Amino acid sequence: MQPLIEVCGLHYAYDDGTLALRGVNFRLDPGESVALLGANGSGKTTFVLHLNGLLGGGDDPQPHVAVCGLPLTRANLGLVRRKVGLVFQDSDNQLFMPTVLEDVAFGPLNLGKSPAEAIEVARHALATTGMAEAEERAPYHLSAGEKKRVALAGILAMDPEILVLDEPTTFLDPPGQRSLAELLRNLPQAKIVVTHDTAFARSVCTRAVFFQRGAVVADGRIEEVVERFRWDPYLANSRSER
Amino acid sequence: MHHVVLERWSRRSSALHRADPRAKIAILVVFLVVLATAHRDVALFAAGSAVLLCGASVWARLPLAAVVMRAAVVLPFSLAFAAVCWMAGDAQRGLQLAAKSYLSALAVLLLVSTTALPRLLRGLESLGAPRFLLMVAQFLYRYLFVTSEEAQHMAKAAQSRGATAAGMAKRQARFRAAAGALAVLFARSYGRAGEIHRAMAARGFQGHFETLTPLRFRSIDALIAVTGSLAPVALRLAIERLS
Repeated sequence: MQPLIEVCGLHYAYDDGTLALRGVNFRLDPGESVALLGANGSGKTTFVLHLNGLLGGGDDPQPHVAVCGLPLTRANLGLVRRKVGLVFQDSDNQLFMPTVLEDVAFGPLNLGKSPAEAIEVARHALATTGMAEAEERAPYHLSAGEKKRVALAGILAMDPEILVLDEPTTFLDPPGQRSLAELLRNLPQAKIVVTHDTAFARSVCTRAVFFQRGAVVADGRIEEVVERFRWDPYLANSRSER
Repeated sequence: MHHVVLERWSRRSSALHRADPRAKIAILVVFLVVLATAHRDVALFAAGSAVLLCGASVWARLPLAAVVMRAAVVLPFSLAFAAVCWMAGDAQRGLQLAAKSYLSALAVLLLVSTTALPRLLRGLESLGAPRFLLMVAQFLYRYLFVTSEEAQHMAKAAQSRGATAAGMAKRQARFRAAAGALAVLFARSYGRAGEIHRAMAARGFQGHFETLTPLRFRSIDALIAVTGSLAPVALRLAIERLS
């Protein structure tokens, strides 16, 4: 079976010399939901930005990352971004159009859909995320949970095969987290969830990958990984963040 | 948030809002040229132009008082130049300068208040405006508000920790605080702007804003363009003939 994502020995250093990724290997198969766990600054977000071609691009092919069999090159960037939908941590950075419908239609229009097609898929995505009633509202008037749903709808409207969510529970209250987890469980796409929230991760994912200082140090069933690194925040003898 | 006002106005419904942006841009260009080249009876022409612009604002169902106030944002700058002219002994030129800049701002405000930004940029693009310039304009528009929001957050954070204007009454303290805040504001806005750009790129943005309502130049748009362009020309000709 061809993996949806295959990453082999990915290294990355920021311009200031900070080595963020040190030989990361990763594989995501269809239907999988994987939580990326690890301390702040361990390289999780840097890693997922690579999956969408947002870091480490350039004219040369990125030989370490393949999405649906496509190596990450400048020529493939459009296709890769169509297949990998990235939901950012702060929804306010993602939502910028004047109305919810226009914002959700932004991606499909960029993919070359006609306005009528873009509206149709945007409405469908809004219905999927339970935000159909909000299409004429301004994004800045929405609650944090609603913004997250609209941001997710903006990605779903691009019909990705893989959903990548960076800290999706940030700013969400417990009902918002519950409702987002339920929504994600019902979506058919493979998922990668970057999170510190182990309860949320457990409710959405079955597998976890643990990052430490830019490297993957564990990959397995989520309960085992959480237990091994004592990553539950409120358990006795849990490890503090490093 | 202050920046949403123009965006809200541009989403209202009126014949002027529905008009093709190219028709409105053409009217604006003609108006600015006629205004800039007016040298005789400028006061009368300015008064007539103000009536035309206010009439257009009312027709577009915009809040007239708020529009008139917003256009005054240029006055501190133009009045500074007017003061220089006045000190040089040419007070009349100074007044003309102030009046012309205010009316130009009012006309531009009318255009952006009746045209959503994506449509305005598409209109400019289809009229041959340089793509690079439009890119700069659209990112400036987006990031200007990012900077403004960051500044508001920082001001609130400072106030919540007891910062007051009276507490920084000494000029040196004020300067230091402002310089430090500006540096932090720049660094934070720069970081956030990067995030926004990534979010846009992740959704396939390639430097070109597509719109849900494609531009269509109808006969009514041609009528609006011709009528709107002729109005300031006719006004100026009439005033110059009467004087």
